[in-house]
Amino acid sequence: MKQHFPIFENNPELVYLDSAATTQKPKQVIDAITSFYEKENANIHRGLYGLSIEATKKYEEARKIIADFINADENEIIFTSGTTHAINMLVYTIDSLTWTEKGKGKNEIVLSEMEHHSNLVPWQQLAKHFGYKLKFIPITDNFELDHNKAREIITDKTAILSITHTSNALGTINNAKELINLAKQKNPDVITIVDAAQSVPHIKIDVKELDCDFLAFSGHKLYGPMGIGILYGKKEVLDKLRPFHFGGDMIKSVTLEASEFQPVPNRFEAGTQNIASVIALGEAIRFINRIGLSKIQDHEKQLKKYALTKLKTIKNIDIYHSSNTDNTSSIISFNLKGIHSHDLASLLNDYNIAIRAGHHCCMPLMSALNITGTARISFGIYNTKEDIDKLCDALIKIQEVFNK
Amino acid sequence: MENQAKDEKGKFDKENHGLSLLMYRENILDLYKYPHNFGSLNQATHSHREFNALCGDDITIKLIINNKDNKIENIKFQGSGCAISMASASLLTDEIKGKTLKEIETIDKDKILNMLQIPISSVRLRCALLCLDALKGALK
Ligand SMILES: Cc1ncc(COP(=O)(O)O)c(C=O)c1O
Repeated sequence: MKQHFPIFENNPELVYLDSAATTQKPKQVIDAITSFYEKENANIHRGLYGLSIEATKKYEEARKIIADFINADENEIIFTSGTTHAINMLVYTIDSLTWTEKGKGKNEIVLSEMEHHSNLVPWQQLAKHFGYKLKFIPITDNFELDHNKAREIITDKTAILSITHTSNALGTINNAKELINLAKQKNPDVITIVDAAQSVPHIKIDVKELDCDFLAFSGHKLYGPMGIGILYGKKEVLDKLRPFHFGGDMIKSVTLEASEFQPVPNRFEAGTQNIASVIALGEAIRFINRIGLSKIQDHEKQLKKYALTKLKTIKNIDIYHSSNTDNTSSIISFNLKGIHSHDLASLLNDYNIAIRAGHHCCMPLMSALNITGTARISFGIYNTKEDIDKLCDALIKIQEVFNK
Repeated sequence: MENQAKDEKGKFDKENHGLSLLMYRENILDLYKYPHNFGSLNQATHSHREFNALCGDDITIKLIINNKDNKIENIKFQGSGCAISMASASLLTDEIKGKTLKEIETIDKDKILNMLQIPISSVRLRCALLCLDALKGALK
């Protein structure tokens, strides 16, 4: 698999264990970007000449591929610059859905203790400006969301539920469907949002089955380029949502006094978009589809099992991973006793092993676990058992140096 | 510094821990395990806590400064963090104990890096300098 990824040709020694931060890019995706700028570059939806028509076609084709990938309709896919951008855009305009006659008295936003800062900090701002109350579903000792507590925390006053599908720090895959159902039972008008940044690359997502109103993810964690992400929105909900940005491309007609907007999704894509990256993200999904997401999942599952077994043989290691490994992704957080995770990451770098260390943009989760950070490894389709062997060998050597 | 780290890297045998031996020379690890001037000071005249949210490094420096001769009679630090932040706090507190405020005026980033004697990459600079920020905060 590594042969599809030029980074490994250019860094033959690299053991890359940080795919949760960003995946490496297959040649096919890089080529799509080069090819667009070299052969097809033109703005979309505007020109009446061949190149522009072709660029528009490819842009919309990519939208279709992405929509199919998560079982959405094309007009439910909005291009953003990433998950963070998608959630922020929503936070700026969600009052058009919740701050209504019907929404009166429904003043709670429910999140979880394991949110990435990008699904926490924006909501804190919304809460501050509109007077919403933030509530959090806690985690259990087994690093899972506590659904019993969730049943109390989610009430008929819950206006918004926004939950991470897979924790980027723990690897836990949350039962988002159950939480969404629960919220809809308590308040049929609740707006439900899934942060799928860490789940879309690894498990089959079906937005119709999840029945969420919105779902956000990033292209760069999905073997695609940086600077492109997706906000999925249910059609009938998008129809009611105020646009985030105003300007060119999102309008149907404009007079000096007023404007009429395009239908969804175009009304949410003002200005020139990141066209090359959209096309390349489509290519990334073609790449995944060709291999098969279930095959990728199997491969990662095996690696995770292997890594967990092997890590557990290391002395003085704390592993923060649910015992229910059927419900975890290929992300493993751990600490070696007496060694700060940043020291560990720095030292592993000398073995050409790239891991992430620190709080993983989840400071409240780290507080809940009573630690300041963890070392985190995460896998992509290019990883091998050999990568894990190298990691474990290096960990043991580092321990020797530290404990001398 | 980064270039230096890169240059040095090539010279070291990977199997022999490569840069890691250089970066975490034994005395750095010793200072991590057995820090100098670690603890609290009851009659501190100055103190300050500095926190590096990114790493979770957390250092409080306490000093007793004699207001007659402006001499640092005693200094201690407390906290937790990575080897680099802990070692540099040990070295800094060793360095300034017994000196006058005038004498320590010139202590800066380069001085700290000199004391550590290891290449510090840009991402770890904040770890190395946390103790200096704590000291400056205490003396403000
Ligand atoms: C769970 C989760 N949510 C959101 C994000 C933010 O993604 P991006 O930085 O691509 O906007 C990340 C990325 O680390 C993540 O892991």
